[in-house]
Amino acid sequence: MPEAATAPARRGNDEFLLGAWQMLPLLIAVIPFALIMGALCAEKGMSPLETALMSALVFAGSSQFVAAGLWQHPIPMLAIVAGTALINSRHLLMSAALAPNMGGFGRTRAYLALFFMADENWAMAMRRAAAGPLTVSYYLGLSVPFYLSWVLWTTVGNLIGGVIADPKRFGFDFAFAAVFLVILLSLNKARRNLLPIAVSAVAALVAWRLLPGSAYIFVGGLAGTVAGALAGQRPANAP
Amino acid sequence: MRLDPTTLLTWLGMMAVTYGARAGGYWLVQRYPLGGRFKAALEAVPMAVLTAIIAPTVLATGPAESLAALATLVIAWRLPALAAVAGGVMTVVLLRMVMG
Repeated sequence: MPEAATAPARRGNDEFLLGAWQMLPLLIAVIPFALIMGALCAEKGMSPLETALMSALVFAGSSQFVAAGLWQHPIPMLAIVAGTALINSRHLLMSAALAPNMGGFGRTRAYLALFFMADENWAMAMRRAAAGPLTVSYYLGLSVPFYLSWVLWTTVGNLIGGVIADPKRFGFDFAFAAVFLVILLSLNKARRNLLPIAVSAVAALVAWRLLPGSAYIFVGGLAGTVAGALAGQRPANAP
Repeated sequence: MRLDPTTLLTWLGMMAVTYGARAGGYWLVQRYPLGGRFKAALEAVPMAVLTAIIAPTVLATGPAESLAALATLVIAWRLPALAAVAGGVMTVVLLRMVMG
């Protein structure tokens, strides 16, 4: 994937295709989880339309799993929305980090684009931004097929039910960790600073043991961010 | 096809808080000028968030995951990202079979 570094001035169409192409491994790795998500929704009595709408409106995997897990009648709406806010609070940090790289978007397009920001395409966008300018087309190439795939495969999962075996058997769950690890490595090569990584890892592990759901991502992310702020900016761009 | 209004309302609530977070960080950065500590904080976000996402898998799930993570890093040092990801996934599948 290092070709991103050599692509500063491509045309929009090429940029879209490049984004879609580089996103493909993550898009594929998400499919088994989308199918399981849809099957879980069917088990809980949601219709295919309801499942498709949840994916299309919310588009945030871990909070959708939590919502489906809590699902019963009467619907515990407050608990679901509060849990979603907690789980997705990490997006606040993520969009703040993405913002300085969205200069080419313009305000309206930035607010539209941010609707499609999930962990996976955000990580790929940050990786690109470390190597060159982030274009709207590249961002959409990362995001639009990924979004459509999530909506499609959660709906299919709802229709076909639990035919998917444990994705762990084929290592699909580890694919995310591997991709994020590689991105982490490339970001750290550009900006050597181990302090946020160390602080985030410790805080995330503690929070993972103590807190429900994926709140540990926000806790670890915030702790590492604060550590980075307190350490101050390193002498700019040390090689 | 069935669409229960309370269900739709729940989805809209989830969408509101999620989009609020997705747009909120951008809004904050647009509103308050980047400088000093704020800038250093934002620069630390990608590494901090990515680390937090993978920490339980890489460090606290089991030897198969930790060793596969190590394999991923070693491969990524010299080879393209895709090879590293494929190598890491194959390593975890093999180690899980061996270690039960």
